Amino acid sequence: MQTPANTDDAVIDMHQVMTRFGEHVVHQSVDLAVRRAEIFAVIGGSGSGKSTLLREMILLQKPSAGTIHVLGVALQDIDDAAALALRQRWGVMFQHGGLFGSLTVLENIGLPLREHTDLGNALIDEIAHWKLSMAGLGPEVAAQYPSELSGGMMKRASLARALALDPELLFLDEPTAGLDPDSAAGVDTLVRSLRDLYGLTIVMITHDLDLLWQVADRVAVLADGKVQETGSMQQLSQIQNPLIRPFFDGPRARGAQQQAQPPPTQEAAWKPK
Amino acid sequence: MDQITAPHASIRQTSPQGMALSGAWTARGMGTIAKELDALRFAAEGTVQLDATDVDTLDTAGAWVLHKLMARLRTQGLAVVLQGLRPPSARLMDAVTQHEQEQAGQPAPATLAVAPGAVERVGRSAWSALEQAYAMLGFLGESAVAFVACVAHPSRMRWRPIGFNIRRSGFDALPIVGLLSFLLGIVVAYQGADQLRQYGANIFVADLVGLSMLREFAPLITAITIAGRSGSAFAAQIGTMQVTEEIDAMRTIGIAPLELLVLPKVIALAIALPLLTVFADVLGVAGGMIMARTQLDVGYVEFLDRMSKAVSITSYVVGIGKAPVFAVIISVVGCFQGFRTHGGADSVGQQTTRSVVQSIFLVIVADALFSIAFSVLDL
Repeated sequence: MQTPANTDDAVIDMHQVMTRFGEHVVHQSVDLAVRRAEIFAVIGGSGSGKSTLLREMILLQKPSAGTIHVLGVALQDIDDAAALALRQRWGVMFQHGGLFGSLTVLENIGLPLREHTDLGNALIDEIAHWKLSMAGLGPEVAAQYPSELSGGMMKRASLARALALDPELLFLDEPTAGLDPDSAAGVDTLVRSLRDLYGLTIVMITHDLDLLWQVADRVAVLADGKVQETGSMQQLSQIQNPLIRPFFDGPRARGAQQQAQPPPTQEAAWKPK
Repeated sequence: MDQITAPHASIRQTSPQGMALSGAWTARGMGTIAKELDALRFAAEGTVQLDATDVDTLDTAGAWVLHKLMARLRTQGLAVVLQGLRPPSARLMDAVTQHEQEQAGQPAPATLAVAPGAVERVGRSAWSALEQAYAMLGFLGESAVAFVACVAHPSRMRWRPIGFNIRRSGFDALPIVGLLSFLLGIVVAYQGADQLRQYGANIFVADLVGLSMLREFAPLITAITIAGRSGSAFAAQIGTMQVTEEIDAMRTIGIAPLELLVLPKVIALAIALPLLTVFADVLGVAGGMIMARTQLDVGYVEFLDRMSKAVSITSYVVGIGKAPVFAVIISVVGCFQGFRTHGGADSVGQQTTRSVVQSIFLVIVADALFSIAFSVLDL
């Protein structure tokens, strides 16, 4: 796994981003940089503005102040043509799927291809079938409508659609929320294999501690309208910031940490055999 | 690695058995090259060399197309060698092969069901119409039972939602109902004016406007406006609640959705619609009066004097008496269609449309039945 250190290679660069809804300030000054081909996670308590941050990255919302560059393109004052070109270079998996209810799963996945390429219909269906199996869904799901799917299947179908145009950048909003542990573990491996296969940059918002420990290369902790710290989970776990500790203290957090890092060997040395 | 400015995918014959690939083999970069590849033919025997050194980018779509080409050539008995692919692209090609092998073990995806024939469609829609009528009857019965239960235990009556619905569906509708009815009064008087003037029977405009507005037009235009305005809102609200599982939540908490959602709407509309009809009566007649004065020189006093003689109190009561029936039709159909929503946003739209179409249809049918009944009863 290579993570280039120079920030010139940043896929996403946010600089002093401020967001305000009326009097309510969500972000005071957010600075963060996501490097190419890394799995980057944003965590933070409820109401800390994680989703707003994501919406600002994907051109669904404008920050009140500050600059955002995604894939080298400045998002403020972006014109329609540039926005369209940029939108084809990323894929977004929404928390509740965001699948179109009037289309079958296969049509949902094929929609970006149908809309933006000259490929033939049969070819699009074949590619959509492949994406479907890549996301871990069986071929029998293809002809079903989103309303017939379970929550986990809906997320996978949404992921398959996000991958339709082979994006360079993938956004995942709560990829494991509402999934059973087995499916959630499946998402862990899926996210990693996608990065390895395509060299994708993945930005995700999650509360899932296992996912953070197992998959994320770097994690940004959002609290009090700022990015408190950025680093690997291991680095963050050493920091004594009261706004960060909740993610590492507590039985669930320790359990996830222990699973990710087996206790050091010298500890085992004095244990009776 | 800008996929957008990269040259398009192309394939070029370098030797009798050799092809050179170049450009962006991506979903957007390939254009219609897939068709070209399908037309590609080679000599029956030997080895085909595919040189991919100049391929700038390869994505899933490109890998799939390339894989299909190679598979086709192999089934024709040719050996295919793909060389010069960069490592990330090579991984993608491996992934395609792997996917193919996994799929081989599984049954082919089910093809979509064949579209039904004309006879089957007619049968199905007839059956679903019958089924719906039956379900609506059931819903009406359930609502009636809930209503009786509420009347028996008035403490269970939910007054706040009733008041809220009266304001929403009644009071807030005053401007639009008033305006439509006023315009209708003008139209009726205007259309009648020419005919009446020919016979010098100008004063009879009061009969015309009074009877037609009070008996028919005011109740009908009010009911139709409210069906479009509130019936659709009922269906959309309940339909969305159905989609977001709010109705199920209500049931599990032990609140009967009929009592909380349906009865207040029915009761509120049964109160509001007759009142709106009275309002429509007044403004309809006012519209007619203004037209009578400007077109037929019938003064306001003359008009009202003639109207009080020509229009009996029965006509007035008959008109208002129809309103509660229309109110029940509109609210029950709206709620019923809302409850029949299943699935997603699409279904909410469909059921809302149905609620408006059906309630207007049923209101007019009911009006026709009233006309027959009243003429038999000589009212």
